[in-house]
Amino acid sequence: MSQGTLFDKVWDLHTVATLPSGQTQLFVGLHLIHEVTSPQAFAMLRERGLKVPFPQRTVATVDHIVPTQLQQRQRPFIDSLAEDMIVALEQSCQEFGIRFYNIGSGKQGIVHVIAPEQGLTQPGMTIACGDSHTSTHGAFGAISFGIGTSQVRDVLASQTLAMTKPKVRRVEVNGDLRPGVYAKDVVLHIIRKLGVKGGVGYAYEYAGTTFEAMSMEERMTVCNMSIEGGARCGYVNPDPITFDYLQGREFAPKGADWDAAVAWWTSVRSDADAEYDDVVVFDAADIEPTVTWGITPGQGIGVTETIPTVDELDEGDRSIAKEAYDYMQLAPGQAIAGTKVDVCFIGSCTNGRISDLREAAKVAQGRQVVEGITAFVVPGSESVKQAAEAEGLHEIFKAAGFEWREAGCSMCLAMNPDKLQGNQISASSSNRNFKGRQGSASGRTLLMSPAMVAAAAVTGTVTDVRELL
Amino acid sequence: MSEINSQVQRVSGTGLPLRGDDIDTDRIIPARFLRCVTFDGLGEYAFVDDRTQLNGEHPFDQAQYQGAKLLVVNRNFGCGSSREHAPQAIARWGIGAIVGESFAEIFFSNCVAIGIPCVTASHEDVLALQGAIEANPSASVSLDLVNLTAAIGDLTITVTMKEGPRQAFLSGMWDSCGQLVSQGEAVQATAGRLPYLAWA
Repeated sequence: MSQGTLFDKVWDLHTVATLPSGQTQLFVGLHLIHEVTSPQAFAMLRERGLKVPFPQRTVATVDHIVPTQLQQRQRPFIDSLAEDMIVALEQSCQEFGIRFYNIGSGKQGIVHVIAPEQGLTQPGMTIACGDSHTSTHGAFGAISFGIGTSQVRDVLASQTLAMTKPKVRRVEVNGDLRPGVYAKDVVLHIIRKLGVKGGVGYAYEYAGTTFEAMSMEERMTVCNMSIEGGARCGYVNPDPITFDYLQGREFAPKGADWDAAVAWWTSVRSDADAEYDDVVVFDAADIEPTVTWGITPGQGIGVTETIPTVDELDEGDRSIAKEAYDYMQLAPGQAIAGTKVDVCFIGSCTNGRISDLREAAKVAQGRQVVEGITAFVVPGSESVKQAAEAEGLHEIFKAAGFEWREAGCSMCLAMNPDKLQGNQISASSSNRNFKGRQGSASGRTLLMSPAMVAAAAVTGTVTDVRELL
Repeated sequence: MSEINSQVQRVSGTGLPLRGDDIDTDRIIPARFLRCVTFDGLGEYAFVDDRTQLNGEHPFDQAQYQGAKLLVVNRNFGCGSSREHAPQAIARWGIGAIVGESFAEIFFSNCVAIGIPCVTASHEDVLALQGAIEANPSASVSLDLVNLTAAIGDLTITVTMKEGPRQAFLSGMWDSCGQLVSQGEAVQATAGRLPYLAWA
């Protein structure tokens, strides 16, 4: 059993009680909500006559259903179901006294983008949200995980959850990333190697010189996709890069509190002699720009590789591979580079931050989106959009033929009007390539870094971005 | 508010084998059906896109599995999105318990929260159970959380479940909301020990 890790320390600090079932009652330091998974939770509170004891520890925004075209963001939304959902959230937040970042506030955006940028996400916290990509916040050294709607109800009603403590696996990557290789490639590589269920029952601690050298936004990209590897939670120990990111943000501690905070944040780091339930080690030099070819995020390969044949796969991976060849209409043995794409999507809670847009813009600059391809950029938040426009990134994208949109989850899960049509193939900087994920029951998704998406847009096919840098 | 929900010690009924690894929650209930403010009516949309593509040949549509109570699945069932709409859709279709090789964690805890036990068994045993149901779809399958077995006809397999959730089902305390709310003082005490609550 793990000992002395950040996970152990933060878990212990937030333990309220042991429940009769043996599960732990865990205090939730920050609760984030959005329009899709919270309306039923508020309805359950009302049914049971429950109150919200810590309304200041919950923050709401709207992200999943919001249109990303400016003219469609006028209220009421043309889509009456979407309008019902946002109205339900507005009313619930007002009724229970919860802070809500609405469209046009300047602070609206994907919940996992806005909480860090407002300084709400801090080291040593427990963070829960009715969204599986809550693992993102682990980048700050927080224990953060996705929950379902009944658990959203539990957090609203008690600020706690009934949880079973997972094991802790140290996932170590060492060395410098080669040019053209990004945080997205690192996490796709890890999932490829450990499998989509390899992390079930574990929290992942990302350690080693590769993560130590990463910016906060890169760490967020890695932690974000922990859940795609089966780990409900992933984290990086907080360090001066974390503290520098936080300093001066709206909800970051100020004055004397700041010094106390840095000392406390440092104290929750994993001890040098911490014990882990498991340790795996990777070499950064082995990681290439990575692209998925199948229907799970674990079905990824280096851009210079060919789609694996059944014989090249472990026995347990063969049945899902066969399903993938059929659905994707891609043949085993075929090179992934050169695969024609129809739609290019840059955005999402994985890769919709300012540094992602900068890397994509470097590739787009001075080039043109190939005719017939729909390419669009969706900033992760209103604040990211504003920062990108201040740097002129939107002009680079627009000149290259990309559409420049408003903030939201968009085509990552296609709950808003942004959807694939028929069996279109998308090059996508999002996190899931599941069947039907991007809004068409036969639509196909190739996951890759934002720079690789930009490269696909300007060449029309999956292309090794290193050729364009 | 009741502290004790119904105890779940045994679930019996006909079975429904759904073969395939890594069946994600987008497939269980596509995102367009999340555009709602209630879970009512989700049952009929469980696996809707897979069912449409199989044109009546999906197990959720096949006549012999209508009215089934026990769903039997393979590896990493319920991976992906945390949407509780997925277990809600399955439960509202009529399923009362799931046997599988393995489950994604958030899906598993969502099932606990709504009173649907998910138990695991070995690859061989799950295949045997799926085969036995296919051979005799009208036979009753019984899942026993006390003795940790699942049985159909002459076949009995061993199943496992983490002890915490298992006890929650056996004692009828799987809906933890009441227990959590009743700990108000202990919650305040924990909050008082966390420095960051005072910084905000």
